Amino acid sequence: MAIETLPAPATRSPRIVGMRCRACGGAQPIGLSYVCPACFGPLEVDYDYAVVGATLTREAIAARAPGIWRYVELLPVDQPPTRGLPVGSTPLLAAERLAPELGLDRLWIKDDTRNPSLSFKDRAVAVAAARAVEFGVEALACASTGNLAGATAAAAAALGLPAYVFIPADLEPAKVDHALAYGATVVPIEGTYDDVNRLCLEVADETGWGFVNINLRPFYAEGSKTLAYEIAESLGWRSPDVVVAPVASGAMFTRVARGFEELVELGLIERRPIRFVGGQATGCAPVATAWAAGTEVIVPVRTPDTIVRSLAIGNPADGSYAVALANGSGGSIEAIDDEVTAVAIRDVARLEGIYPETAGGVTLAAAAAARRRGVIRPGDEVVALLTGNGLKTPDARTLGHGDGIARPGQPGLAPAIRPSLSAFEQWLESGA
Amino acid sequence: MSTVRIPPTLRVATGGAKQVEVPGGTVREVVTELVALHPGLEAQLLAPDGDLNRFVNAFLNDTDVRHLQALDTPVGEGDTLVLLPAMAGG
Repeated sequence: MAIETLPAPATRSPRIVGMRCRACGGAQPIGLSYVCPACFGPLEVDYDYAVVGATLTREAIAARAPGIWRYVELLPVDQPPTRGLPVGSTPLLAAERLAPELGLDRLWIKDDTRNPSLSFKDRAVAVAAARAVEFGVEALACASTGNLAGATAAAAAALGLPAYVFIPADLEPAKVDHALAYGATVVPIEGTYDDVNRLCLEVADETGWGFVNINLRPFYAEGSKTLAYEIAESLGWRSPDVVVAPVASGAMFTRVARGFEELVELGLIERRPIRFVGGQATGCAPVATAWAAGTEVIVPVRTPDTIVRSLAIGNPADGSYAVALANGSGGSIEAIDDEVTAVAIRDVARLEGIYPETAGGVTLAAAAAARRRGVIRPGDEVVALLTGNGLKTPDARTLGHGDGIARPGQPGLAPAIRPSLSAFEQWLESGA
Repeated sequence: MSTVRIPPTLRVATGGAKQVEVPGGTVREVVTELVALHPGLEAQLLAPDGDLNRFVNAFLNDTDVRHLQALDTPVGEGDTLVLLPAMAGG
């Protein structure tokens, strides 16, 4: 939180006015800071939308290369970074086979399982990392429930920065290994994600490292807006009736909404109401609980108990803003049991050929729950955000039974047979 | 006396001190006493109703006080209270 502000070189873009406190509105210069010095509220990036709109047109965007930087005017960097991973421009897929299973008439899947490190976190990290380079931080770091670990480690590798990744010590091994593969230093902490996060707040203060989701958070959070821009562009520059997304801290959920709002303000899409539906795991559902209770006051969950580790944040920073978004848009925040999440993962994989991690299962199940509740109505066009890849949580689809490694006797897995046609035919005749 | 650790954003108000020794038998009393010692902290730490500002999380010996008895949590000799911004992580 050292307040290191940037000089104002001639290359500074006039689109970026500075930072502004969401709570008191106080202005601050762009810097490695995230807290309003006047009221302790969250700092956010402040744009001059007249400058943004002067160059950001549908035609200009169409002429640009794929990836999140095609919307650079709406991102908090002066120029696209010269080095970094190719993030974004993931497909929006018509899920015609899955939709009826969920009770939906029209369902699109935003397939963010296929970003460079296999989750949507690459979007946020790309923006934070671009700023981190400008700030000259010694290392890139994060407090992670898993997906961010891989994203931060990969981005740091691409930029040639050391990475320090702090995780709960009992995190899924696949996610730990993923971060290690990129050369990160992984620091397991004996505690929950919230313990990790609290520690990292203090570490960020003492080290000056660039923690993507702490002292770089005002920039990091902006990266998630690109999900909205891509959805709108994929739909032919319009918004859907409903957006369904997972809710952990609530940052992505709320920034996707802001992304659509920005497109409306810029005249890139027409203003149509969008209902925002969030999904949480029942075993860690502070935002869904607050929504159901009709309050924006979040009661933190001390000990999350769910297979959905990527959403296991008991003390969500943007939780109250997420409740406000659901309420204000006519949406909902649904709590999903792990068994239901596992079924949803299996269903989308077998019906659509898309294999999401646990949060994706929660999201699809939340769409079905919102349909049953009447928040999603017949004929609605629904976009569900599948934000991480199933290879990161290989035991989830069997709900924690086994380790995700295929073994004899598992449904769908034939016994090993001799490499002869007769052996194959014998097996096939046995009922396969 | 307990120790209150002060994050960098608040150190202007404490004259640069990273930690402050503060008397008080509960979290509420410690925070009240801290603000009395360093009045510049009031706008950042306290809501108009005297409770902690919604953007401040308080941790007693590394445990979120909302998991204890919130502002009424007893504070003992040698305990450490950490005040941190709520808007982080995820």
